[in-house]
Amino acid sequence: MQNSGINVILQEKNMQRLIFEGLFVTIEIAFISIIIGSILGILIGLSRTTKSKVILFINRVYLEAFRIIPTLVWLFIFYFGVTTALNIDLSGEVVSIIVFSLWGAAEMGDIVRGALQSLPQHQIESGKALGLNYFQLYRYVLIPQAIRRMIPGTINLATRMIKTTSLVVLIGVIDVVKIGQQIIETSRFEFPTASFWIYGCIFFLYFIICYPLSKISKNLEAKWSN
Amino acid sequence: MSFDWNFVVTNLPLYEKAAWLTLKLAIAGIALSLVIGLLCSVILYFKIKVLDIVVQAYIELSRNTPLLIQIFFLYFGLPKLGLKMSESACAIIGLAFLGGSYMAESFRSGIEAVSKTQIESGVSIGLSKIQVVRYVIIPQAFSISMPSLSANCIFLLKETSILGAISIMDLTNLTKDLIGMYYTTFEALTMLVVIYLIMILPLSFVLSLVERKVRYAEFGN
Amino acid sequence: MDKNNNPVLLEVQGVHKKYDDKEILKGIDLNLHKGEVLVILGPSGCGKSTFLRCLNGLEKIQGGDIKFKDQSLADKNVKLQEIHEKIGMVFQNYELFPHMTVIENILLGPLKVQKRNKEEALAEAEQLLERVGLLDRKDSYPRQLSGGQKQRIAIVRALCMNPEIILFDEVTASLDPEMVREVLDVILGLAKQGMTMAIVTHEMGFAKSVADRIIFMDNGEICEESSPEEFFTNPKTERAKHFLNIFQY
Repeated sequence: MQNSGINVILQEKNMQRLIFEGLFVTIEIAFISIIIGSILGILIGLSRTTKSKVILFINRVYLEAFRIIPTLVWLFIFYFGVTTALNIDLSGEVVSIIVFSLWGAAEMGDIVRGALQSLPQHQIESGKALGLNYFQLYRYVLIPQAIRRMIPGTINLATRMIKTTSLVVLIGVIDVVKIGQQIIETSRFEFPTASFWIYGCIFFLYFIICYPLSKISKNLEAKWSN
Repeated sequence: MSFDWNFVVTNLPLYEKAAWLTLKLAIAGIALSLVIGLLCSVILYFKIKVLDIVVQAYIELSRNTPLLIQIFFLYFGLPKLGLKMSESACAIIGLAFLGGSYMAESFRSGIEAVSKTQIESGVSIGLSKIQVVRYVIIPQAFSISMPSLSANCIFLLKETSILGAISIMDLTNLTKDLIGMYYTTFEALTMLVVIYLIMILPLSFVLSLVERKVRYAEFGN
Repeated sequence: MDKNNNPVLLEVQGVHKKYDDKEILKGIDLNLHKGEVLVILGPSGCGKSTFLRCLNGLEKIQGGDIKFKDQSLADKNVKLQEIHEKIGMVFQNYELFPHMTVIENILLGPLKVQKRNKEEALAEAEQLLERVGLLDRKDSYPRQLSGGQKQRIAIVRALCMNPEIILFDEVTASLDPEMVREVLDVILGLAKQGMTMAIVTHEMGFAKSVADRIIFMDNGEICEESSPEEFFTNPKTERAKHFLNIFQY
């Protein structure tokens, strides 16, 4: 019996699985990675204001490594390489979180550094002229302004991370893409056109998560550029 | 831990073949996305009715969804509607679909950065709107958006790594296969990383040279 | 017609202009005669630059009319492009095209808009460059030139279109003082040759020597209109007197 394809997504069980099992894993990985990445990233970003050439060099290599080597390759490096080298067994989810956190930290570090460096010099000078010490300067003058400048970049990074989590299906994680594939498999007789509708549905799921985020980021940027 | 050099030597031809395939697909995707991007940004600049809304929808849809899903949709989904394409075609179309919107964004900010007074200057010597776009805006917009355009090129080259998901024997997929067959994890991954570095570092360097030359020609700094 | 029987090239009648809700021009009436040099003075924000930009259609007006040789700029059948060929403009920031050489900048209009013969246009361009003393720089890029040189090239670019009127919008305001003179000398030369011009400037000495007529604007209106001698030695209105005092130490 062949049904009209669109019904495959209307089958309640399928949507439920897609969203609550699949999307949940996707968002979970992205979310945890963003948190860890942000914390690490802020530390890294602050460390880049140092004068030490060694630290700057290490930071630079670290950032470029994640920028030149594709994320999927990093996932493979950790999933196959690190696990073999250290002789341990890591699940796809753990590997994903490690890789994404490291990537997020590198990018966040650059965002933080960029925000701090873009602060106008005269702000620092007038702060000092008012008698603020190092910590007060950071707390009342620099950090509030730096945070403003960081937010569009951070939201943009979060959006990119959410999109990239789609790759974790390729190292065996059961995320929204995998569940979609499972549904397609099991529906082959009942809904032969399932792949069209399921992938289309997943497409829109990602869209309704990422689009609002990028809109918010654009609005904030526009609002704050004045 | 010893390094299996034999593995490297034996499989170098395979890696070379995969690298060429990766490059060919990337270049085709990049070329197509530049054309799409330029077209979109011109449509947006002239505010052509109906088409401009289509372009805006296209940009939002392609930028807010992962390439993997776009390619799965092209390769697994569309055949169900009777539209079957080869893996390479799907790859190139997928790359161009995503790349086109990135390039459009780059061109758009380049176009917007051309100052209003430059446009007035063109208008005041009698150039028509199309002539202003052709002689004043596009040359300047292009050099302003060079950094962004080259970043996009590198981005698209990196995205080819996911093409293994539709059975294209690119570098990453080859590595995964070889690891599965020979368990030479370290050697295979090393070769993979080295080849990516060989492809991307020089490209990045050449692009930044071109960028610098173009900016100097424009702005002398 | 003025007393020398020169025809009116530009007729301005009751021009009003608003920007958002703010009224910038509150009813301007003016005639510009052939061969006449009009200098428009006034404090910042009085609308003089905006008014100048209305004269060639760069700014749109909401009331009144501007006619070039009996063709209304607001008339839909009038092609603004053709007006731009006849009414040239030189900007405060030179606005040369940075990606083209000097000679390419100058020839863009004549070749692509007026579709003139290349040799003929080139000959004229080189002649004009010679007159401003910059023929040897014809293959340089704008970034290689000083401000004064760029502005003189901008004037040549406008001249090469063979316009009937040239508008100058504060063309020396961005220049270092040493370079102001070389540009003003070029404009004085043009005046001697009978080019019709409308000039917005802050250079009082220059205004006095180049103008046939001074228009003093304040707050969107023409406050006073007289010959340069009269305006500078014997201003009639309080606002004009106040304005001129700013320049006295």
